[in-house]
Amino acid sequence: MSTATNQATDPHAATLATLARVFGDGVFGMSHFRDNLRLFLPPSRLIEVLTVLRDECRFALLAELGATDYLGYPGWTRARFEVHYVLLNLDTAERLVIKTGVDDPKPELPSAVPLWLGADWMEREVFDMYGITFTGHPDLRRILMPDEFTAFPLRKDYPLRGRGERHNFPRLTREES
Amino acid sequence: MPANLLDEPEVEIGSKPFTWTLNFGPQHPATHTTLRLILELDGERIVRAIPDIGYLHSGFEKLGEHLNFNQYVTIVDRKNYISPPMNEVAWHHAVEKLLDIELTPRCQYIRVIIGELARISDHLLCTGAAALDLGAFTAFLFAFNLRELIYDVYEEMSGYRFHPGFTRVGGVLYDFNDRVLQRIRRVMESFPQVYSDMEKLLFRNRIFLDRLRGVGVLTKEAAISLSCTGPIARASGVTYDLRKDEPYLVYPEFNFDVPYMTEGDSFARFFVRMEEMRQSHLILSQALAKLPTGPVNVPIAEKFPLPDKGTVYNSMEGLIQHFELIMPNRGFESPKNEVYAAIESPNGELGYYLVADGSQTAWRTRTRPPSFIHFQVFPHIIKDHLIADVVAILGSLNIIAAELDR
Repeated sequence: MSTATNQATDPHAATLATLARVFGDGVFGMSHFRDNLRLFLPPSRLIEVLTVLRDECRFALLAELGATDYLGYPGWTRARFEVHYVLLNLDTAERLVIKTGVDDPKPELPSAVPLWLGADWMEREVFDMYGITFTGHPDLRRILMPDEFTAFPLRKDYPLRGRGERHNFPRLTREES
Repeated sequence: MPANLLDEPEVEIGSKPFTWTLNFGPQHPATHTTLRLILELDGERIVRAIPDIGYLHSGFEKLGEHLNFNQYVTIVDRKNYISPPMNEVAWHHAVEKLLDIELTPRCQYIRVIIGELARISDHLLCTGAAALDLGAFTAFLFAFNLRELIYDVYEEMSGYRFHPGFTRVGGVLYDFNDRVLQRIRRVMESFPQVYSDMEKLLFRNRIFLDRLRGVGVLTKEAAISLSCTGPIARASGVTYDLRKDEPYLVYPEFNFDVPYMTEGDSFARFFVRMEEMRQSHLILSQALAKLPTGPVNVPIAEKFPLPDKGTVYNSMEGLIQHFELIMPNRGFESPKNEVYAAIESPNGELGYYLVADGSQTAWRTRTRPPSFIHFQVFPHIIKDHLIADVVAILGSLNIIAAELDR
């Protein structure tokens, strides 16, 4: 009876129960805000937990993958970069936000492409904008910025107006072409 | 359609050492915007397609970290510029979820109305341009004629024709007046005729159908694995629609269906979009009939919305409120927290991952752009098709390059 009412009020009850069964109770940090439930994972256990979420909790769709740079964020104590994965269960419309932190100087995460093909370009964009490398990604290249670009523009220490790269791009003249 | 290898009985697949490369774009009439494909071809059969994007990258997400929640609406307009009001609704939906603002009923209806108008406008462009690329020019003209009437609505409601910038934190720029409603009714009255014209021109157009049916098949499993949403996923049998499954605004009050097909080919994507326009028309007619009266913005005492000019010039509270919000370092405070909120845009799930640091400017505005996510489907479904099918599949995916590159 009590579990039934719990499930009716908390849409995440079944997922949290499965996670507690597989990984033990209260292993991962959690926080709630509005209707978002966030789960904090260490990078070493990321793929393991994502696999369980996909296969056992039926989060079939990776709705969104992105990163944030918290350099200079007021009162920040965790790692500089955080990557978020928004998972969606297409049957129950349940959403779960997975967060994992990586720090300078060599931010590195395992790739989620083996789990969801859709992670391919989204991880490339995170690499392009933040310089976070995803090990095991099949084709990790810059996607939006040109290949010659050396900085990572969405990092907080990169200025809004750039560092003059635009004027220094290699130019192809008519004679060379 | 897929190349039939039985036409070349002597040739074993993979035994040919010579493939050639064709550069498609960045400027090509059938890409409609700026995107580039590098096609590796075996004769006319596509062995591999490598999309090269980023030509329109303009740092919209970086700008979001420097413009406040109201200013950034002008930038979101320019992402999917085929349906700007839907982007605005999505953006302020995320902001209002972060700030925990409950909109007034009239404002929620107005946002549904501008959103559904934008959906019709977007689908008209997508289906019309798909027809144009495949040689059916007349249907395109009918579609664009109706889009002009929708632009008239934008112009009347906000003063801007292309990028209305209409929503604000906690409300909208102006309330709907009678002239706006009259313009919307004109769209509503014209729509059935345009739809039936397009239907007559396209649904029995032999060339059009032959070039779409069985072309670019995306299976249900692939659609889910590739993070597809919206009409593209629904054409492959995924029936998910945020308006039904995770209702926002006042969508639960309307009767409408979520059309879907199971074939997953370009024709299914085209057909789902056509049917969605009819459902949007249905939603619009219900919303116009039920449009409640009352205030459109949340009360200015809640310190979120910009008061309208009448209040600013004629009342002390309005004047104080205006200065409080416009002056730097004043105004409302946002929670030091982050939120993901999404709505159903014409192309699929349009979400914002919003990180706030307590000020009126976001710390991070990550867009979940449906065009970006859907374009990575392209190299998967173009394999083994002919060059001519590139145009058919691109048209059915509805890639908006400004949203693709941001």
